[in-house]
Amino acid sequence: MAVLGPGPASFRFGSVLLILLILSGSSWTRDVPTGRNDTRPELNRERDGQNRDHGNNATKHKAFPVLELNYDYVRMPFEISLWILLALLMKLGFHIIPRISHIVPESCLLIFVGLLIGGVIKAIQEKAPVMDTKLFFLYLLPPIILDAGYFLPIRAFTENMGTILVFAVVGTLWNAFFIGGMMFAVCQIEAAAAAHVSLLSCLLFGSIISAVDPVAVLAVFEEIHINELLHILVFGESLLNDAVTVVLYHLFEEFSHADTVTVGDAFLGVVSFFVVSLGGILVGVIYGVLGAFTSRFTSHFRVIEPLFVFLYSYMAYLSAEVFHLSGIMSLIACGVVMRPYVEANISHKSYTTIKYFLKMWSSVSETLIFIFLGVSTVEGPHNWNWIFVVFTLVFCLLSRVLGVVGLTFIINKFRIVKLTKKDQFIVAYGGLRGAIAFSLGYLIHQDEGSKDTRGMFLTAIITVIFFTVFVQGMTIRPLVELLAVKKKKESKPSINEEIHTQFLDHLLTGIEDICGHYGHHHWKDKLNRFNKTYVKKWLIAGERSSEPQLISFYNKMEMKQAMMLVESGSAAKLPSVMAAAPAAPAAPAQTAEQQSEPTPERMIPKISKTREAEIRRILRANLQNTRQRLRSYSRHDFFMDPFEDNMSEVRFRRQRVEMERRMSHYLTVPAKQQETPSVRKVWFEPEHKVYTYDKNESTRPSDSAALLDESNQRADGQSEREKPTRCLSDPGPDEEGSCFLPS
Amino acid sequence: MGATQTHSEYQYENMVGKTGFSTEQIKNLHMRFQQLSGNEKTLRREHLKNIPALANNPIKTEIIEAFFDKRNQLDNELGSYEEIGFEEFLMVMSHFRPLSIKTSEEERTAMRRQKVRFLFNMHDTDGDGKITLEEYRKAVEELLSESGTIGQEGARAIADAAMLEVASTNVPNMGPDDFYEGITFEHFEEILKDLEMESRMHVRFLDMNTANLRCGK
Repeated sequence: MAVLGPGPASFRFGSVLLILLILSGSSWTRDVPTGRNDTRPELNRERDGQNRDHGNNATKHKAFPVLELNYDYVRMPFEISLWILLALLMKLGFHIIPRISHIVPESCLLIFVGLLIGGVIKAIQEKAPVMDTKLFFLYLLPPIILDAGYFLPIRAFTENMGTILVFAVVGTLWNAFFIGGMMFAVCQIEAAAAAHVSLLSCLLFGSIISAVDPVAVLAVFEEIHINELLHILVFGESLLNDAVTVVLYHLFEEFSHADTVTVGDAFLGVVSFFVVSLGGILVGVIYGVLGAFTSRFTSHFRVIEPLFVFLYSYMAYLSAEVFHLSGIMSLIACGVVMRPYVEANISHKSYTTIKYFLKMWSSVSETLIFIFLGVSTVEGPHNWNWIFVVFTLVFCLLSRVLGVVGLTFIINKFRIVKLTKKDQFIVAYGGLRGAIAFSLGYLIHQDEGSKDTRGMFLTAIITVIFFTVFVQGMTIRPLVELLAVKKKKESKPSINEEIHTQFLDHLLTGIEDICGHYGHHHWKDKLNRFNKTYVKKWLIAGERSSEPQLISFYNKMEMKQAMMLVESGSAAKLPSVMAAAPAAPAAPAQTAEQQSEPTPERMIPKISKTREAEIRRILRANLQNTRQRLRSYSRHDFFMDPFEDNMSEVRFRRQRVEMERRMSHYLTVPAKQQETPSVRKVWFEPEHKVYTYDKNESTRPSDSAALLDESNQRADGQSEREKPTRCLSDPGPDEEGSCFLPS
Repeated sequence: MGATQTHSEYQYENMVGKTGFSTEQIKNLHMRFQQLSGNEKTLRREHLKNIPALANNPIKTEIIEAFFDKRNQLDNELGSYEEIGFEEFLMVMSHFRPLSIKTSEEERTAMRRQKVRFLFNMHDTDGDGKITLEEYRKAVEELLSESGTIGQEGARAIADAAMLEVASTNVPNMGPDDFYEGITFEHFEEILKDLEMESRMHVRFLDMNTANLRCGK
């Protein structure tokens, strides 16, 4: 993990400090051109010198400037890049100092760095870059939300949708009103000296601070690897409460400018909640469908596929923001709707690109957000009001606990898998506030004479954020250990689990039908059927549209195995598909293959030892040949898929089909097997049989090493053997389309 | 319905003990049973086959068969019935009871075992206590049958892969001439242990309202 060697700790600390100084220096340089202070005298002199030279140009011949300095030209992109670069170096630095990163979550460290930078900047008495609300909401937040939404675990999310919605909507409303109300009461106390704060302002404050923040939750929960249920509960809540926050915020802001508030206004507020949330989702779905539809045609121009995904999603967000709908919900809806269809259409490389770009952007955004939070803390207008702040903190915690406990009590009556006390505690404890609250606080207009109020609110918000991120963020990990909360299980895709998950779905649907009860499974089944018959046909290109989910899952798994195999590149190992031995230690590819290597052999039923050795030798040779072939474009340029111009994916498919074949062979059970030995031999036909998907090429001579003596067998077994090989769950070109077209 | 009433009531008490359903649920299920069987005392395969909604289900044969499988009753005999009474129907349904928050650890394990046993029986059609490759292949084929296209080979490949996985997970040290005969119940439990059957395999009987029940015919 340590990039630098185990050098002296002081060296590492020193480097971190150096980076800090440079970062603060960068903001320092911002003001050089605008402010004519002589902080960089040589720079000014030079420019002045140049100006003077230009002025004298008419009279004197000026020497050709070999080296010029023109900072203005690149100022903006330069600073942005510098900030991002140094922020990321900082993040890298943390992982080099292992002790700290175990105890303190990254978000805390980044805020701390931001504080330091802010402090340094303030010491130099420059103006620090503050987290502009527009910058935050339009540039920093969307990548994180898109990353979260695109990779949202749908099954867990929909199974717990009811609970999540209740927490998000009712919980946030309760928080907002409770905190707002109680703070209003607190403001009335003499000692608070805040009697001028109106009820509506307090309610506004409450609505800002009540929402659980997705960025903070993600940052902290990702490190503690908690079980899926809790993770999706807290995270889902943080995503869905955006609608509530948006509505409440605008509501109270409008009201605080209005003179009176009538019941009609309150009613409109409720209506607006539905409009905001459902409208946001609708916008997201529209863009999602558009994106999926577009991806259907990108087979000729694969390079821009990821861009479509990003742009459609971003447009969904912006379009929702235009109408003051919930941008977050729109973004999530877009990602969720788009994903299954897009993934069926795009190439593997594009999928990888999308995944990595999203992770990259969201990582950068998160880092920047936390650093800016630190910097803005030092900078922002503060008004420290002991009583206000302390009571805010107390009531935040109190309302969260009460809300979670109360709602769980009601929810558990409807849930099958009840939430235990431990679960409730984690959910309550995981209610972190973050940068969204801060930005919203920043947005509050300064009314007359309430500059103090704004400062007071901001201070309180920042304190709560700091408390939740630092204290709760740092202690949640030991608490999870202490309470022995279930952790996320190591998810190895197991084909048995997948088969049985689907089996179970059908079984439960069947039982529900027998009971005559239109339950959960029935509707889910109906939706799936609708999806398959209509939607998939429109949105997925070509033959993939009829590929059942189990096959896709199997394909994906195979591809992963194939890639692992190619990457490990060891000649001595026999390929085996299910390298899923129970404990896959540190070097998964290698060891897993080692572990499973014995298995295929062992399952060869009653083949003599010599034959076994022969088989092994041949397969090893084939494997080498395969790999060699992979490096060069084979002249067997097959027409596996006329739409697929991505060669390496084809190679992988080849590899996969190869392994399938071998494995099928290993599992032939003589007692119940109907296949004749001659047929079995035919399985050993050279792999190019697999490559040549085109019937015309079937008679091409073998170019691999001498295999078993089945060349004489080729004639009879060939044509019927070919077909199944090709049919193996692989969308082939049109002439094999008959294998896949739905009957 | 007088005579039937008292007869049923007496039986209900019995069944509450055996199956763990509440009287209310048993009553609802009885009404459904009568709907399905056309008010006869026993249910036959044709009655279940006639349910329209079940027609689209790829594994409907297995599901229907499970109702008539003797192994799913308490007696643990082998073979299958030709027709079943309400008590057998209820017994099968009891495999799909949800957990309650008061279930203890042992009860959870027992329930999980019962549910996994049910699944195992669905796969192990010849009753020899092992799921052989052929049986597994058949199961996967059925699962994929509604897509219609993949056909035997694809299903076969998947089933083979699955068997290989079970074998490598459970019997990592097979000798070179060993032969993996079939998935035993213990192995089956082992590979499905992460799925947490006790929380997933259930149907909400609570919401059953007989007014909403659709007639099977």
